Amino acid sequence: MSMKKEKPQGRILVQLFPSLANLASRGLAGWAILIGAAIVAVMAVMTVVAPWISPYNPIAINVGPILSPPSAEFPLGTNHLGQDMLSRVYSGGAIMFQVAVLSVIVCLVVGVPIGLFASYLGGYTDKVASLVMDSIYAFPGLVLAIAIAAMLGPGVVNMALSIAVVYVPSYFRIIRSQVLTIKELPYVEAASMMGAKSRTTLFRYILPNVIPSIVAVATINFADAVLTSAGLTFVGLGLPVSTPDWGWDLTYGRRLLPSGAWWVIAFPGLMVVLLALGFTMMGEGLSELFNPRLQK
Amino acid sequence: MSLRSYVIARILLTIPMIMLLLTFVFLVVRVLPGDPASLHFEKQVSPEMLLDFKRRLGLDKPLIVQYFEYLAGLLRGDFGKSMQDFSPVSQQIFSAFPATLELAIFSSIIMVLVGVVLGVQASRSYNSVRDHSIRVFGITSYAIPVFFLGEVLIMIFAIYFHLFPAGDRIYPGMAPTGLTIGGLHWSSGLYVLDSILEGNPTKLGVSLRYLFLPSLTLGTVLCGIFIRLTRGNMLETLQLDFVTAARARGLKERTVVYGYALRNAFLPILTMMGLQFAALLAGAVLTETTFSWPGLGRYLVDRISFRDYTAIQGVVVFFGILVAMVSLAVDIIYAYLDPRIRF
Repeated sequence: MSMKKEKPQGRILVQLFPSLANLASRGLAGWAILIGAAIVAVMAVMTVVAPWISPYNPIAINVGPILSPPSAEFPLGTNHLGQDMLSRVYSGGAIMFQVAVLSVIVCLVVGVPIGLFASYLGGYTDKVASLVMDSIYAFPGLVLAIAIAAMLGPGVVNMALSIAVVYVPSYFRIIRSQVLTIKELPYVEAASMMGAKSRTTLFRYILPNVIPSIVAVATINFADAVLTSAGLTFVGLGLPVSTPDWGWDLTYGRRLLPSGAWWVIAFPGLMVVLLALGFTMMGEGLSELFNPRLQK
Repeated sequence: MSLRSYVIARILLTIPMIMLLLTFVFLVVRVLPGDPASLHFEKQVSPEMLLDFKRRLGLDKPLIVQYFEYLAGLLRGDFGKSMQDFSPVSQQIFSAFPATLELAIFSSIIMVLVGVVLGVQASRSYNSVRDHSIRVFGITSYAIPVFFLGEVLIMIFAIYFHLFPAGDRIYPGMAPTGLTIGGLHWSSGLYVLDSILEGNPTKLGVSLRYLFLPSLTLGTVLCGIFIRLTRGNMLETLQLDFVTAARARGLKERTVVYGYALRNAFLPILTMMGLQFAALLAGAVLTETTFSWPGLGRYLVDRISFRDYTAIQGVVVFFGILVAMVSLAVDIIYAYLDPRIRF
């Protein structure tokens, strides 16, 4: 029993890193993860350094003519307030990153323990938790997020919370399906027979094996959070005008379409697509590596 | 388990799900910080006015009384009163619903058609450039905000080429009247069906033209999962003996693929359509707003700008019940078609 005293972190690394090593030699899934991660990394860096690389203040109005098409001075044009679209594109991702990161954190903190305990304990706890989670899961996510965000009012934290409520069930379901299989495996049985406490079994022996799936869900959750936050902004539950935000540009740029000002929505829109695509590619690749039986 | 006991068990499971959902929405509206009545007014109003406002909406009663009144109301098909004019929300819901249903039906057709055809094409040219481009398209479709795609399509097809209208459902005053027999009128609210019933090909054409861009937008955004599902399924099925046997009999490749192999994918596709219904409604909210489509989603977004919390609650509850009913129906159809799942 005391022959091997490993730190729990050791186990996690053992599980996760060999599967992530040599990504380039792991076929399409590996490449999808690498390209997705590269896209996300580039956009994250761009957002962080935006204040230094932006030619103009992204929220200053009338820095140029109104609705100027892309030109040498304004490479991505200007909008109806005379704001420089290039500067807005550089810094417009900050809100989405914040909302997405916060909502993933909330989901992890809430969804992972509920999933672990409910499925490990089984019985009524599991039945009740599953019923609650399935009810939320079945609901049109955006509609529920809209209802919650409408009541909470605008703000990064409130947006993140309303998105988190919608995505907690995804974590719960994947964790539950994994734990139900893992807890029947001989090594877990051996651990309990040798007298390991439930807590030890759950966190040291079961959790490390669930982590890869959690990582895969979390990446997909990032992509969805980006799209949902854009959607919430689109229905009028976003942040005030004073914050540069791709979602805001997409929402208000719509009214400028009849005037032919395609550049006001095209560039922010492409940025949202790229960011969501980066996360989706990572998520799809990770799920394919970690749950090969789920997809062919 | 017989089909009958399966259906009964499935219905019994749906009831607590709907109850949980109704309770959850009730709590979201009532218990989250700030009461809905005070939130409704942007500026301070006198306490007497607020109290009167609450009384007219029944928001002055104790929470538990409100809860049971809300449940009893739903049983009668009463989705509450609007904060704006105290009119019943159910009236608005039922008049806007056909527009959403029509959009949902046509989007599903595009979603499944595009998904299945591309999925089959990808599986037939496994690991080729065509296969990879189709898969990339599938993954990209997950990542496009539905309203951005809608805006791009409006820009191209409505503003530059003037091929399709940019929004709304039909010209003003042109709504089809539906079926008329003697002095009796009946219309479904689905303009395509009503135009056919009225026997008016012009209106049918116009309705379809208005439907095209919104359905294409929503269908494209949701087709990715069907590409993956069909492709995976076909890759397996095309290896099976019965396909080889069909080919050996000299049947045309087209017949083998679409007539034989694709049938195997029918059940998973049906199940996925049921699962995607919630995503379809969520997407419809944004699509309707983009195309000024006068359905439930646009009604919901309208109500948000008026801070009409009771109406928001009504629409959200309606969506919830609708999704629960559809998933119940899909499960029952599935159990009927595939007896294995009942055991």
